[in-house]
Amino acid sequence: MIIAIPLDENRADVCPVFGRAPFYLFHNTENDTTEILENPAAQAEGGAGIKAAQFIVDSNADTLVTPRCGENSAEVLKLAEIAIYKSEGNDAMANLAAMKDGKLQPLTRFHAGYHGIH
Amino acid sequence: MKIAVLSGKGGTGKTMVSVNLACAAANSVYIDCDVEEPNGHLFLKPENPQTQTVFKSLPTFDDEKCTGCRKCVDFCRFNALAYLKGKHKVFEDVCHFCGGCALVCPENAVGEARVPVGEVVHGMHNNTMCITGRLNIGEGSGTPVVKAALDAGFAENRTTIIDCPPGSGCSVLESVEDVDYCIIVAEPTAFGLHNMQMVHQLTALMKKPCGIVINKETSPYEPLEEYCKMRRLPILMRIPYKEDYARLCAAGEILCEKDEQAKAMFAELLDMIGGAAK
Repeated sequence: MIIAIPLDENRADVCPVFGRAPFYLFHNTENDTTEILENPAAQAEGGAGIKAAQFIVDSNADTLVTPRCGENSAEVLKLAEIAIYKSEGNDAMANLAAMKDGKLQPLTRFHAGYHGIH
Repeated sequence: MKIAVLSGKGGTGKTMVSVNLACAAANSVYIDCDVEEPNGHLFLKPENPQTQTVFKSLPTFDDEKCTGCRKCVDFCRFNALAYLKGKHKVFEDVCHFCGGCALVCPENAVGEARVPVGEVVHGMHNNTMCITGRLNIGEGSGTPVVKAALDAGFAENRTTIIDCPPGSGCSVLESVEDVDYCIIVAEPTAFGLHNMQMVHQLTALMKKPCGIVINKETSPYEPLEEYCKMRRLPILMRIPYKEDYARLCAAGEILCEKDEQAKAMFAELLDMIGGAAK
């Protein structure tokens, strides 16, 4: 299983936003490896959530742990059958451990996005 | 000649100025591009209105032709497309209908679906043609309707007065692109000045000649006067705050058809910016 978590600039804290997070952590539970990749959607003019979610899908993640997530991102993730869980606290590694221990709750509320003006 | 009437916020008097300019001109077309809430027709009450539906074009994908190369997904700068489990997902409210995905597709797998988004209504008020763009409720982008209304108006070869949407967003940009002159309507208040500056930045960026009409003036607002002086922005007209004017407008009347002084004022405004008055 591959677990994805949005990361802040310091690469250690969970980023409070999903689509424009500067980095994502990907943890593969099968070989216990972790890598941190830049989010190609972080600077997108529009539709960052859609592009970011596509990146998560293309990275073969099965599970996303995030404090919040927009409707468009959620639609992409759901179509790709990626499970979305709500993070707790700022520490990404602690969230990873909690996810593995089955202590996190599914994220069920999705916000309407912080879209710019059309 | 094409004249755009703009303002940074709603309620400054764009429609009042536009409608009066259109009626002061000899042979004019008034285009209401404030497609989210067009209201010029309340004054012009056009006769024999003819309605045309406006469509937007959303991409469709032929799964049999598509090889999954994702050139379309990568091309879309609005990120309106996702590719999931061998199928495309189009985010309709994010798509700007540019057609780029169809152009970059090497397999010719992208088609288009026409979806109604609004309407354009034509009618006459005496010698003035009135064209109204109206966006359907719930639609995300007014741009296709603004384009359709402008196309209909520009085809007429008359003095064109464009009643723009408020603010400085995409549909305002669309409305201003082809005009010869911009009139910014401003209120003599701190809020009015701030909003006027935003629109002025836009018109300056687009290198359009521009002038100010101050509406509802009781006395000159110094910071606005100063701003215009510093930027060499001509104050074309000062419409005094008058209860008579407010009463006439609230009753859906056109000032220059009811008030000789107003008629002279708007004819002079048109003359100043090079339009032909009656």
